[in-house]
Amino acid sequence: METLGNTTANALFLLISGDAELWQIVAISFQVSVTAILIATPPALLTAFVLAYGRFPGRRILISLFSTLLSIPAVVIGLTFYLLLSRQGPLGEWRLLFTQTAMILGQIALSFPILVAMGHSALQSADRRAWETALTLGANPMRAVTTVMWEVRFGLLAALLAAFGRIVAEVGASMMLGGNILNYTRNIPTAIALETSKGEFAQGIALGIVLLALAFTLNALFYHLRGGGQPA
Amino acid sequence: MYLTLHRKQIEALLISLLIMITLPAAAENNGITNPLIRLATTTSTENSGLLNHLLPVFHSASGYKVHVIAVGTGKALRMAQDGDVDVVLVHAPEAEDGFVDADYGDHRHAVMYNDFVVVGPGNDPAKIHAVDDIHAAMERIAAAKSLFISRGDDSGTHKKENQLWKTAGIKPDSSWHREAGQGMGKVLQIAAELDAYTLTDRGTWLAYRDKSSLKILFEGGAALHNPYGIIAVSASRYPDINHTGALALIKWIRSKEAQQLIGDYRIDETRLFTPSANGDQIAASKESADNYR
Repeated sequence: METLGNTTANALFLLISGDAELWQIVAISFQVSVTAILIATPPALLTAFVLAYGRFPGRRILISLFSTLLSIPAVVIGLTFYLLLSRQGPLGEWRLLFTQTAMILGQIALSFPILVAMGHSALQSADRRAWETALTLGANPMRAVTTVMWEVRFGLLAALLAAFGRIVAEVGASMMLGGNILNYTRNIPTAIALETSKGEFAQGIALGIVLLALAFTLNALFYHLRGGGQPA
Repeated sequence: MYLTLHRKQIEALLISLLIMITLPAAAENNGITNPLIRLATTTSTENSGLLNHLLPVFHSASGYKVHVIAVGTGKALRMAQDGDVDVVLVHAPEAEDGFVDADYGDHRHAVMYNDFVVVGPGNDPAKIHAVDDIHAAMERIAAAKSLFISRGDDSGTHKKENQLWKTAGIKPDSSWHREAGQGMGKVLQIAAELDAYTLTDRGTWLAYRDKSSLKILFEGGAALHNPYGIIAVSASRYPDINHTGALALIKWIRSKEAQQLIGDYRIDETRLFTPSANGDQIAASKESADNYR
């Protein structure tokens, strides 16, 4: 039996020796999750802005709805899209099941509520006068939106990091929608699940280390951007 | 009002995504109409490393790329029934026949076989190594109320296990019969941690043997024969499925070359699967069990 110590040592060796299969898995993870977050962010932040600054009936219900969706299990998103994308489902004609596109769709759905809910609370904290002043000074609405978003950029960045953290680490939706196909839809979390089930713990730990290193880099970068975390 | 806008945005996104992803895929074709085959198979063929041993050879010989989706037999057949994959390689003959009879697939072709074994803790609390009939062994486990970990996932192995309990006339009781709902590898790990018995296919067992504290406690007998079959999903039911690709894979995996590769595949000098494209149903598994030693 392997111990935690020598498993970790083997894991580090795998990473340093540049195991091609392992890095391919890492690359797929990034490709899919970065695409998903890039597509999800603009509409999600716009939705958040409308929820924060718009005045229309049903606004509060929508806000609670997005907050509720924060706790939806990834596997439920996976199952929902599986049923939609399966040949028997309404979107079966698209033949997207077990492709990277299906994984991207699932991850967009997972990240969207996080971006909206966290983006909304960041935008709420902005001074409403920034929005009003910008409009009074003759900025067109799009320009005014950008101005307000720039005011709360750190809050929005935090939303982005949280959303990325969730989708890059989730296993349920990726497993169901991608099918864990080698060199195509096998990403870090599904590979960890597979390697663990095969008893290849070193490979699992190695992938876990990559994921942690990534999270650390992103957070360090964020901390740096904020100017060392000092209050403004 | 904002809601409708939002839905339109999503639709636009979906369509642009589709275009983004399908364009490069369409450009890749070289000669073959559809070079991608989707194969749903059991965890045993993938976890044992057999497919990684076979499919690269098939790829260079034919140009087809095979996407392997490894799940339990029940789920694999379900995916095939829904037309979400092109071909299935599984090990549950009764379920496979039902699948073909319902016109979801063309014909079941024999590929290879191995056998099931019962593994358990070395001290064998139910003393099953002393009997020479699998049903008697199952009865002893039930009588001793020894912990038994079941796959519980409608896989081929789970179907076989249920059939064994049924033939032995036992209704497993959850005080000692635990359903894990996981793949073979996970179940072997759980059984090892809990000092429990479990039923496993020999291929997966050989791949895990070195990492496990369990021992083979019962093997042999026709009841534990474990044949694998391959079935192309019906093209009359799903006309746009990659039927040509599925038939090419079936033809190749039953060819002399592939059957030789299957027979030659070994872990620690032990053969995992016996090719059977030419002459299946070697019922005398006691004999076949001897071949593995």
